[in-house]
Amino acid sequence: MIPAPFTYQRAWSIDEALELVARGGEDAKFLAGGHSLLPLMKLRLAVPEILIDIGRLRELSYIRDDGNHIAVGALTSHHDLATSGLLASALPLLAHAAGQVGDPQVRHRGTIGGSLAHADPASDLPAVILALDATLVARGPSGSREIGAGVFFRGLFESALEPGELLTEICIPRPQPGGWSFQKFTKRAIDWAIVGVAVQGSSVALVNMGQTPLRASAVERALASGAGSADAAAHAAEGLTPSSDLNASSGYREHLARILVSRALEESVSRA
Amino acid sequence: MKVTVTVNGSQVAAEVADRTLLVHFLREQAGLTATNVGCDTSSCGACTVLLDGQSVKSCTVLAAQADGCAVQTVEGLASGPDEMHPVQRAFRAEHALQCGFCTPGMVMATVSLLAENASPTEEEVRSALEGNLCRCTGYHNIVRAVLAAASERRPS
Repeated sequence: MIPAPFTYQRAWSIDEALELVARGGEDAKFLAGGHSLLPLMKLRLAVPEILIDIGRLRELSYIRDDGNHIAVGALTSHHDLATSGLLASALPLLAHAAGQVGDPQVRHRGTIGGSLAHADPASDLPAVILALDATLVARGPSGSREIGAGVFFRGLFESALEPGELLTEICIPRPQPGGWSFQKFTKRAIDWAIVGVAVQGSSVALVNMGQTPLRASAVERALASGAGSADAAAHAAEGLTPSSDLNASSGYREHLARILVSRALEESVSRA
Repeated sequence: MKVTVTVNGSQVAAEVADRTLLVHFLREQAGLTATNVGCDTSSCGACTVLLDGQSVKSCTVLAAQADGCAVQTVEGLASGPDEMHPVQRAFRAEHALQCGFCTPGMVMATVSLLAENASPTEEEVRSALEGNLCRCTGYHNIVRAVLAAASERRPS
């Protein structure tokens, strides 16, 4: 199975990528690792006429210590996140979760920026950067702008990126001392999470419990008012309407969310 | 577009459609048919090759993305026609295959694992092969072969 015909263009610099996408207009899409986009194109669920390959922009692949925050280039692969010594000590939640994405081959190609820009609520890293209160940096024709993770995910496969904008960096504040955990439930090792949860201190975010990654606000409120892990976890599905699909009913997802949040909070406390 | 890939040390250049997948480039342009198209949805790993030294599923990489890069397939592992790579030898010795369809991908995923982790534990082997499916032998002999290959490569 091959994708429908398209024109392939390769960008050698960020400026060239922005120029190409401006020229391509609505029919153009950026290609990073391609591990979300190419499968959709094979299924004809995405049919861009122009693919702009940004995979050679090595300047967007980095993990940098900027003091109060860690800056991660959008083209950093899941494998590089998972094996980074800096992340292992400064942001173990991100390093660990990146090591749980897909399988080794997928982690060699897939990138953090590609995963976030794709805005799939079943992906692992969107919920992780939500729990980490990250800021995303996008470059467009009129310069750079910052977008908080809390407003980045707009809907199913829909992000706050404007047409013509390129996600360049994820800026993650160093977390307060505290525990962390990442839990997901899958049918088979390499599957998307049926439900997942990322915990950093008292921040809790959910994978695949709605149209976007979501903060588990009811759990966070319960924790803030002094509830223990088990009591707080009972609120995991409060106010949420997860979808029903081949893998799980809505009610089963709610059940999984309560169980996984409970496990994650306990693990996080044990690491604090 | 013109795509040039160094496949198993030799340059292969061909004019291909922009939408050509790397696995088809390898099979049809380079004439190397050991790399199999299995599920074609980046699940089964039968099409695993090394791209600039890292394992990838070549059904989910465009040939254009590999332009100018180095690819290694299972055909490029052995140093001569009568030789086998230590991983291939271990797969044979441990009876790690039946029909053989998944084997090229399993072997390449193993080579990639051992390049990063020369002494994996059994658990590490199992999770490193999570992207490669075998539908007949099952995984016990495959895991045994990977561990055997690792211990053969380790200087004693």
